[in-house]
Amino acid sequence: MNARTLVSNLLQKKEVSVSVILATTILFFFSIQQKFLSNANVDVLLKISPELGIPALGVTMLMIAGEFDLSVGSVFGLAPMFAAVMMEMGINPWLSILLTLMVCCLIGITHGVITVKAAIPSFITTLGGMLIWRGVSLAVTGGLPKYFYMPPEFMNLVVHRVTTFVYMQELWFFAITIIFFIILERHKFGNWMCSTGGKKEAARAMGINTSMVKIVCFMLSSLTAGFGGIIQSTRLSQAMPNQGDGLEFDAIAAAVIGGSSLFGGSGTVIGTVIGEYLSRIIENGLIIIRAPSYYFRLYIGVVIILAVIANLYIQRKAIGVRG
Amino acid sequence: MPENTSIVSMLDIHKWFGKVYALRGVDFTVNSGEVVGLVGDNGAGKSTLMKILAGIYPPDEGKIFFEEREIRFSSPKDAMRLGIETIHQDIALVSLMSIARNIFMGRELERQVGFARLLDLGRMREESVKALSDIGLFITDPDTIVENLSGGERQGVAIARAMYFKTKLLILDEPTNNLSVKESARVLQFIKELREQGISSVFITHNLHHVYPVADKIVVLSHGKNMGLFKKEETSIEHIEEMITAA
Repeated sequence: MNARTLVSNLLQKKEVSVSVILATTILFFFSIQQKFLSNANVDVLLKISPELGIPALGVTMLMIAGEFDLSVGSVFGLAPMFAAVMMEMGINPWLSILLTLMVCCLIGITHGVITVKAAIPSFITTLGGMLIWRGVSLAVTGGLPKYFYMPPEFMNLVVHRVTTFVYMQELWFFAITIIFFIILERHKFGNWMCSTGGKKEAARAMGINTSMVKIVCFMLSSLTAGFGGIIQSTRLSQAMPNQGDGLEFDAIAAAVIGGSSLFGGSGTVIGTVIGEYLSRIIENGLIIIRAPSYYFRLYIGVVIILAVIANLYIQRKAIGVRG
Repeated sequence: MPENTSIVSMLDIHKWFGKVYALRGVDFTVNSGEVVGLVGDNGAGKSTLMKILAGIYPPDEGKIFFEEREIRFSSPKDAMRLGIETIHQDIALVSLMSIARNIFMGRELERQVGFARLLDLGRMREESVKALSDIGLFITDPDTIVENLSGGERQGVAIARAMYFKTKLLILDEPTNNLSVKESARVLQFIKELREQGISSVFITHNLHHVYPVADKIVVLSHGKNMGLFKKEETSIEHIEEMITAA
């Protein structure tokens, strides 16, 4: 194998091609404004990315199994609100978190069962879920934020700064990534997910319970969304009813930028991690280079499209080089 | 050599789909080591009959015997457990997955790693290469994505999978559909090799010219009914064609 085919084989890996884009983006912002890589800025980026990235991991798993979840932003907001209400009622904070995570699982299972049993697109089920769960948050709070004071032990476990550039939320992010990676690549459930998303009829003919696979993935999506919301509220010490607004699109964008297919059957959680950092860096970089703030959304929209095109282009180019 | 012990027999099978009366009392028998051609026009009920045999639908009426014992399937897994494998038309494999992952789809090989049972990818790869070479298909990289294979090679992978799991009866639903002439010849060769290993197969097709050279007997269905059963020695392609079109 000569060097050229080696490079080509590497670039065909989705994670590698999106890493190239990530590195280019970092260099771009750094060349315009050196402060982009200052300790203070990198610290902020590393601190806030995980809470938004964890839901993207769950969304990636669900997308690989061939379904969508538009409700993650609303579940991200509902989870800490639910825990805050329970704590107000005098329930132990740890128990409140545990019950909240169980409720998140239940929400995901509900989305899954409705999608599978009623045989409707998950786009519709979770669009409904998005409105319903956001509606619940708003209705319960009357639109006002709630305090979210957690015991110090919990704060240490979830949002503690371990050392320079290392936060507990990052460790959670990487731990969940590793667990999902193992499920996806090294466990039979991952094989079932890929076949369910890739060709459901083929999986079913081989005796795989595709409904169960999908429902479990819906559960993972809601669970990670709720956990991300709890991390954010713990960091900010408050639960806001509009928390996580628009996160569903960020999460899908991170997954797609990372190389997961919108049509299911193919994807990587490591790609999603890189995709997540890429979108956070674009957002942050635009601020650092003082791009006019009213244009943020416009820029990010354009950049997301360009990033996906660039990713596919690099991979196709790599295949072309091989031949 | 075909022996006269029946491996599977379906008696008086009826199936309705809502108001559609798809199978109207069909009998169907496969003897051990026999290649049976199941022919008929589109909508004749061929695939429905085989989906019943594969455990995908239950019959509304009728009995199924496997090796002389009456059986009832509640899922495709039950049929696979007895050794009835089906290669469904166009849906046998997941094209975005590797050969090895396709071969072991739903029946993954595992090993104990600490407290978790994880995939034994090394053995899955080795066994896949072995399964493929057993049917004369030499693919060195079992990590190849199925999408990058030719149509003939894909059928080969599906057949290799069925063989690997010690199938007694292999049902092939239109295995030569959408294949080039050369690739079809390859698939027909696979079927002949199955018979040499004593495995029975049912070959569903509407292309008589494909099934005639390999089949021991040919069953003709039309509008959900048996139109005839022919031993190959006793018939010709023209005769069967008349049977199909006359109905």
